[in-house]
Amino acid sequence: MHEISLLENVLEILEENAKSQGFKQVKKVCLEIGMLSCVEPDALRFGFDVVMKNTLAENAVLEIKQTQGLGTCKHCGQTVPLETLHDPCIVCGSPGVVVTQGNEMKIKDLIVI
Amino acid sequence: MCGICGCGQPEQTAKHSHHHDHSHQQHDHYAERLVQVEQDILSKNNRYAEQNRDYFKQHHIFTLNLMSSPGAGKTTLLVETIKTLQGRIPIAVIEGDQQTEHDANRIRATGAPALQINTGKACHLDAHGIGHAVMELELGDHSLLAIENVGNLVCPSSFDLGEARKVVVLSVTEGDDKPLKYPDMFHAADLMIINKTDLLPYVDFDVERCIQYARQVNPDIQVIELSTTKGNNFSAWTNWIEENI
Ligand SMILES: Nc1nc2c(ncn2[C@@H]2O[C@H](COP(=O)(O)OP(=O)(O)OP(=O)(O)O)[C@@H](O)[C@H]2O)c(=O)[nH]1
Ligand SMILES: [Mg+2]
Ligand SMILES: [Zn+2]
Ligand SMILES: [Zn+2]
Repeated sequence: MHEISLLENVLEILEENAKSQGFKQVKKVCLEIGMLSCVEPDALRFGFDVVMKNTLAENAVLEIKQTQGLGTCKHCGQTVPLETLHDPCIVCGSPGVVVTQGNEMKIKDLIVI
Repeated sequence: MCGICGCGQPEQTAKHSHHHDHSHQQHDHYAERLVQVEQDILSKNNRYAEQNRDYFKQHHIFTLNLMSSPGAGKTTLLVETIKTLQGRIPIAVIEGDQQTEHDANRIRATGAPALQINTGKACHLDAHGIGHAVMELELGDHSLLAIENVGNLVCPSSFDLGEARKVVVLSVTEGDDKPLKYPDMFHAADLMIINKTDLLPYVDFDVERCIQYARQVNPDIQVIELSTTKGNNFSAWTNWIEENI
């Protein structure tokens, strides 16, 4: 469900860009999805064709780039990898790690004609 | 027409104009090209949310976004809140459910204005829908707007509505490990209400452990334990509203 409504947002952004950048058809959509965002890439792939049917992006290829979770520890200042939003710092064990990467849900670029 | 977003108005911008000093034959309509977009998928929602937030600020409307799994007690909590704060703070409610007008009717029975949004298949409210609901409700200045989101511990956490605070309601019959199972929600919330504490004798729910889990995903989360139906510690919640408003 959630993924479908995200894809509807993607479609709106494609339509806006089609006007502002002057293209008629989208051949490929490249998304950047962070590992810490609550989005399941498989569910996006599953819903993509359904949402894009009969639109400017019908039959477009979907590419998903996943970014790893990274954060800065408030306690020791190290940059550490994160697998979830609530991982403690792997260096000092303290819980306050501020996420710096991995929350992304972005449309990076498109191939259009 | 919507006063906040202006979406009923004709589009004035982004008309693609293009000088035709070449013939259309020369113009390669079939060349593929790359367009850099670099836009957040939720950017549209976030823009509407900022418009809502500006509106709330201008009109001194304190807005809460209440989220929980289905049946945790959001509507009951709002009904009791309205009764308790009657005569002190004007309250209006936006009810989000996939179907039915039930919850809005329960709010209206208290005399407070309520607007029901049926989201159909969608499992969360979005900022655009809230903008329209706000216009319809004709909120007074210096009031409290409570938004009851669709019962769901996953999706609503990603959609900013322009609220001042996010409140997650967890009832003790759901299990004390919910903050770890649905970390995004508890990470996003400002306040966790542990509801139905009157049922603690009958269920295996460790309040301390639940709070510890919630702080693991969100060290800054505030917590209030209460029973809405029995009234235990209910004033902690209404005090929290009066302190934050
Ligand atoms: N024992 C007990 N029951 C409660 C309490 N608060 C709410 N309930 C009951 O829980 C049930 C669900 O309450 P609602 O207020 O409808 O829950 P909700 O979160 O609004 O539900 P949805 O809108 O469907 O997501 C009702 O039968 C309430 O009477 C409480 O503090 N103690
Ligand atoms: Mg309800
Ligand atoms: Zn959703
Ligand atoms: Zn550290």
